[in-house]
Amino acid sequence: MAEFRMPSLGADMKAGTLVAWRVKPGDRVKRGDIIAEVETEKGLVEVEVFEEGVVDQIFVQSGEKVPVGTVLAMIRPEGMPAASAPPEVPQAAVKEHVPAEAGPEVKPGLEVSHLPGQPPERRIRVSPLARKLAAELGIDLSTVQGTGPMGAIERADVERAAAKRLAEKAPTPSVSEKPVPPTMEKPAATEFQIGMRRAIAAAMSRSNREIPHYYLETRIDMSRALRWLEAENQRRSIKERLLPAVLLIKAVARALGEVPELNGYWIDDRLQPQEAIHIGFAISLRQGGLVVPAIHHVDLKSLDELMEALRDLITRVRAGRLRSSEMTDATITVTNLGDLGVEKVFGVIYPPQVALVGFGKITEQPWAENGMIGIRPVLTATLAADHRATDGHQGGRFLEALNRYLQEAAKL
Amino acid sequence: MKENPQMIRLTYREAVREAIREALRKDDRVFLMGEDVGRYGGCFAVSKGLLQEFGPERIRDTPLSESAFVGAGIGAAMGGMRPIVEIMTVNFSLLAADQILNNAATILHMSGGQFNIPLVIRMATGGGRQVAAQHSHSLEGWYAHIPGIKVLTPATLEDARGMLWTALEDPDPVLIFENSNLYNMEGQLPADAGPVDIDRARVRRPGSDVTIITYSASLFKALDAAEILAREGIDAEVIDLRTLRPLDQETFLASVTKTHRAVIVDEGWRSGSISAEIAARIMEGAFYELDAPVERICSVEVPMPYAKHLEQAALPQTETIVTTIKRMMHS
Repeated sequence: MAEFRMPSLGADMKAGTLVAWRVKPGDRVKRGDIIAEVETEKGLVEVEVFEEGVVDQIFVQSGEKVPVGTVLAMIRPEGMPAASAPPEVPQAAVKEHVPAEAGPEVKPGLEVSHLPGQPPERRIRVSPLARKLAAELGIDLSTVQGTGPMGAIERADVERAAAKRLAEKAPTPSVSEKPVPPTMEKPAATEFQIGMRRAIAAAMSRSNREIPHYYLETRIDMSRALRWLEAENQRRSIKERLLPAVLLIKAVARALGEVPELNGYWIDDRLQPQEAIHIGFAISLRQGGLVVPAIHHVDLKSLDELMEALRDLITRVRAGRLRSSEMTDATITVTNLGDLGVEKVFGVIYPPQVALVGFGKITEQPWAENGMIGIRPVLTATLAADHRATDGHQGGRFLEALNRYLQEAAKL
Repeated sequence: MKENPQMIRLTYREAVREAIREALRKDDRVFLMGEDVGRYGGCFAVSKGLLQEFGPERIRDTPLSESAFVGAGIGAAMGGMRPIVEIMTVNFSLLAADQILNNAATILHMSGGQFNIPLVIRMATGGGRQVAAQHSHSLEGWYAHIPGIKVLTPATLEDARGMLWTALEDPDPVLIFENSNLYNMEGQLPADAGPVDIDRARVRRPGSDVTIITYSASLFKALDAAEILAREGIDAEVIDLRTLRPLDQETFLASVTKTHRAVIVDEGWRSGSISAEIAARIMEGAFYELDAPVERICSVEVPMPYAKHLEQAALPQTETIVTTIKRMMHS
């Protein structure tokens, strides 16, 4: 029997609202199926399941907000008899105390594991001493990682959590601890935007605080690429036409193949390059804010497949239907602000990634080549990279490769 | 080892004998009665020489009928004597269980407080000497179930020497369980060692990480385990209960409150054992101090095997205590 839990759709996510189930108990599911929709501060996300089997029980009903890690449903292997408990959650169940953004506050007697009607899988194991200590110190046990048998929280774990909270509080007073009372009354859209703003704020503050950025820029003559694209698009039906962005994304993936150090994460004080190239493509939302869903395995996709993926992604972003894996596993980010007339983008890296590639508007500019001056469509590409992970030399090689690939669009 | 002039070197057996001798000297109401305690000197040679010293009136061999001579002891106690009755091993005490439970423990109550039974019953208990299921059981926990009696389990020379007199002074029946593995244990004792209390447990080794609660011969396994654990940075506190009834829960609850973890080492069988009682009292009295479930190390629930390796496997061992505690501390 496998647990289907509230996923963490980003390092800053603490809780999510189960908006809708796409399955019901008894339904067959396979790896990759979208079985639930979850509302986070970043929008509505379609959550995939990673197990094969049959939905056994559903514990959290739509509309409920639960912390990350909460078991939402159980998936049993095919052929295994259903659990004896009734598939619906008892009426009395499961509204959980979600810790406010501000952080820990414990309501004695209302700890997660004491609620009636919960299936045993959801219990947080806590030693009596740890529970008492947590209440005294005001530590929310749902935020504590247990190290005891079967993940039980012990005294030492609570003490660690308390020490960590102390350490977090000390240097940055009241950064994330603003009281939010007045906004609570406002309409949902505004609240959603505040939440998203806060999520972006957290990620970007961390980025600027922790990542020593370096910036490189290069001007790219886009005349060959655009010529090829124009010819290519003329052969195609309107539906199949390619956007310049597809060339850019693909060229980034190819260039990353030459400079793989830019594709990965900085975790645990070291660079962890990723083999798969999942490009996070920043898409701004009409109501404000942005999301950066990943286009998976860009290096392995043809231009047509990429165009299809991009079209699908933009449609779903507008409809607010992103998938959980898209929200979490980008290995690098591409920001294209050309539509707005911006010439150069100096990006802020999305941690723990180590690079962000920015594209501005393609504009006609005087271009000197072979002693001649001409007018060419020129694109300024920038690289913001983490100096802990790479140096300017690698960054330069990347931009050089990017330029080279864009000169031979037919081979992309 | 250079011996302190005020200290004497002796065995646990000799300490018990000295205690009996002292009682016989101090109070002429005291006499010793049991199978082979006289001419043979006691099946564990505890009473060797006492017949010659005190004569057959006070060192009395009895027929092989536990029920009869324990009953006679009860009668003598009711009549004003201070009998010490020796039962060869705890296995045979069951032949006198009716006398112990239905008479000795209850007469004070049933007589409306008219008759105290100032009787002391000594018996050997415990396994580990390859005398098989006939002679090796540890039923002291059973007796600790019975209101109206006290159950003593001296582990140290000091307690072997000092508990008997205090027990004889008690107006009610007292059972003393001497683990037969301890009789040959040697050590030093002050020459003037005398009576000790019989109502308090003792911290035999202070520690801060985990409390080992035990009694009788298992005490030494627990102390050995604590030494091994200390080398690995785990500081175990070892409590010698000394008396199983009444249980001195104040001492072990205070210790668990300090260490937050408890292991009970009990040579009895696990189900319905004194270790179960202690664990329950920890739940009642120190639940919110616990950082880990209480663990128990008891004898395997089989009749004691004869074969040495099987017998050793059935009994609580130092190694088991060490591994259990290391698991509890996840180290």
